[in-house]
Amino acid sequence: MKILVCIKQVPDSAQIRVHPVTNTIMRQGVPTIINPYDLFSLEEALRLRDKFGGEVTVLTMGPPMAADSLRKALAIGADRAVLLTDRFFAGSDTLATTYALAQAIRKIQEVFGEQDIVFAGKQTIDGDTAQVGPGVAKRLELLQLTYVSKIENCEPEKREIIVERRAEGGVQILQTKLPCLITMLEGTNEIRRGTIDDSLRAARAEIVTWSAKDAGIADLTKCGLKGSPTIVKKVFAPTPRSDRAALIEPAKTAAESAEALIGAIFAKKASLESDMAKLASGS
Amino acid sequence: MSEATAAPAQSRANQKKELPEHFRDYKHVWVFIEQERGEVHPVSWELLGAGRKLADKLGVDLAGVVLGAPGEGTRKAVKEAFHYGADVAYLVEDPILTDYRNEPYSKALTQLVNTHKPEILLLGATTLGRDLAGSVATTLLTGLTADCTELAVDADGSLAATRPTFGGSLLCTIYTLNYRPQMATVRPRQMPMPARDEAKEGRIVEFKADLDEESIITKILKFIPDRESSKTNLAFADVVVAGGLGLQSAENFQLVRNLATTLGAEFGGSRPLVQKGWIGADRQIGQTGKTIRPKLYIAAGISGAIQHRVGVEGADMIVAINTDKNAPIFDFAHLGIVTDAIRLLPALTEAFRRRLSPHQRDRLAS
Repeated sequence: MKILVCIKQVPDSAQIRVHPVTNTIMRQGVPTIINPYDLFSLEEALRLRDKFGGEVTVLTMGPPMAADSLRKALAIGADRAVLLTDRFFAGSDTLATTYALAQAIRKIQEVFGEQDIVFAGKQTIDGDTAQVGPGVAKRLELLQLTYVSKIENCEPEKREIIVERRAEGGVQILQTKLPCLITMLEGTNEIRRGTIDDSLRAARAEIVTWSAKDAGIADLTKCGLKGSPTIVKKVFAPTPRSDRAALIEPAKTAAESAEALIGAIFAKKASLESDMAKLASGS
Repeated sequence: MSEATAAPAQSRANQKKELPEHFRDYKHVWVFIEQERGEVHPVSWELLGAGRKLADKLGVDLAGVVLGAPGEGTRKAVKEAFHYGADVAYLVEDPILTDYRNEPYSKALTQLVNTHKPEILLLGATTLGRDLAGSVATTLLTGLTADCTELAVDADGSLAATRPTFGGSLLCTIYTLNYRPQMATVRPRQMPMPARDEAKEGRIVEFKADLDEESIITKILKFIPDRESSKTNLAFADVVVAGGLGLQSAENFQLVRNLATTLGAEFGGSRPLVQKGWIGADRQIGQTGKTIRPKLYIAAGISGAIQHRVGVEGADMIVAINTDKNAPIFDFAHLGIVTDAIRLLPALTEAFRRRLSPHQRDRLAS
């Protein structure tokens, strides 16, 4: 099987600070990681390859330094890495991003062969839109399976796949045909560490690096800011909650503390409800 | 929101705003009414409340869009949409739409938009809404602002959609100036529930979508409702109790489970507990675990790192128990007590057990 995994290099959210005056993200010195949600998809791709043979290609769009994340994906076990990088992509919103990625995937199919499954992360931890997967699927006219919690069965010869998918209020068992695009739900598998061989190979591996032109993207008006229908008008820090948690004074015994806490929970609940009622009635 | 790199604010704020000719007859505010098996997701009513305000400001109709199998459930959703404020309901009834599948739903909604041309289209940021919105926006080549927390119409009549970004550490306001419809998804419980008016009725516009089961490749083999499944219902639970490293041992985690059982709640924990093997991965709460949105969340011995915070901040009420008064969890919890969870949890369980009649237990989760 040939499987493609779209990943993104993101700042490690645990290390992010917002500049107190300019309200911008302070990226300097913030370590980057592979978007954590992408790893669940990468692991699932590797499992399918291990089972059926074939190869896993990872693709990312980003600045040249995003090659680091691709190398990490190779060290985990991916077979090939493609970096799509060009200043024309700067400022892309989700629609422009899906255009560039879809074009690059077409090029990958041309150069490295048809891909049976395209994986993407459920969402990223910086943009959080959860739109790139569905968007890429639509651009490539692939069937889409989002929020997949388990791949129940896959039969590459029959071009058939059965998955369990999280829906509102339950799970769906869906059957569809390859090729398709899948985004895995978080916590659905345990991400492997990669072997020493993988690490050595990753360190020496050549990262296929494509500009917009290399990837065959002729229409640059669909890329970057130009190709983005959404416009970020304003970025601002949320008004800090004026109140920290209302602290209950611990009492002498745990039993007394527990009583005090429960009393406060019911009181708080009552006041929240009256706030909501006021909001709903528009007063 | 910019995906590739965060676009600098104001980068195109002065972009000339001139809506292309072919978009000028796009009118009205639409809300996608999400229903599965006759049950409407409450976010749809919340959206009708928000949509009412936008429609009034623009002086246009508010419409509910109902897709589903022909029958009583779908018709009931239409009626309810009127009661919650819709002036018009666009109704697509087709057996193909019995259960949600991306292909027929995105086809039907896209056809409906192209025929009746809404100016604004809102969907819930649910698993269904996000799956559908991404496909429809890409097909229509328009902008989509995900997971909004606030919607407004500015002086020029454009939709200003505000959403959190970078895990909630920043907010940004996003416009779709030159494309229609302006699409947004909104998180459940972000907007207040509008008042229901039994007397309010509206106009139904039936729409026959061009759909054909033969051409739909994806088939649903089975739907397993959560209530019939033994799996954790953490993401959808109304009350959640969770533990962190402050519990000190796997044995002490039992205290969390005991409280959860007493409250009829789900239980979970922070990431380190999964790494230590105290709980399974499906019980992990936080950025790379489950995002929860309960009415009551009790965090015992959890310090509240940003990854945990983004997973729980949708909770209506967060109660924190921690020995460290400087723990970040007290910055976003509503109520807190600086004490040892290992001592407090048994007392709390006992006190709740004594105090909670079945009626009160329901009240906690209501």
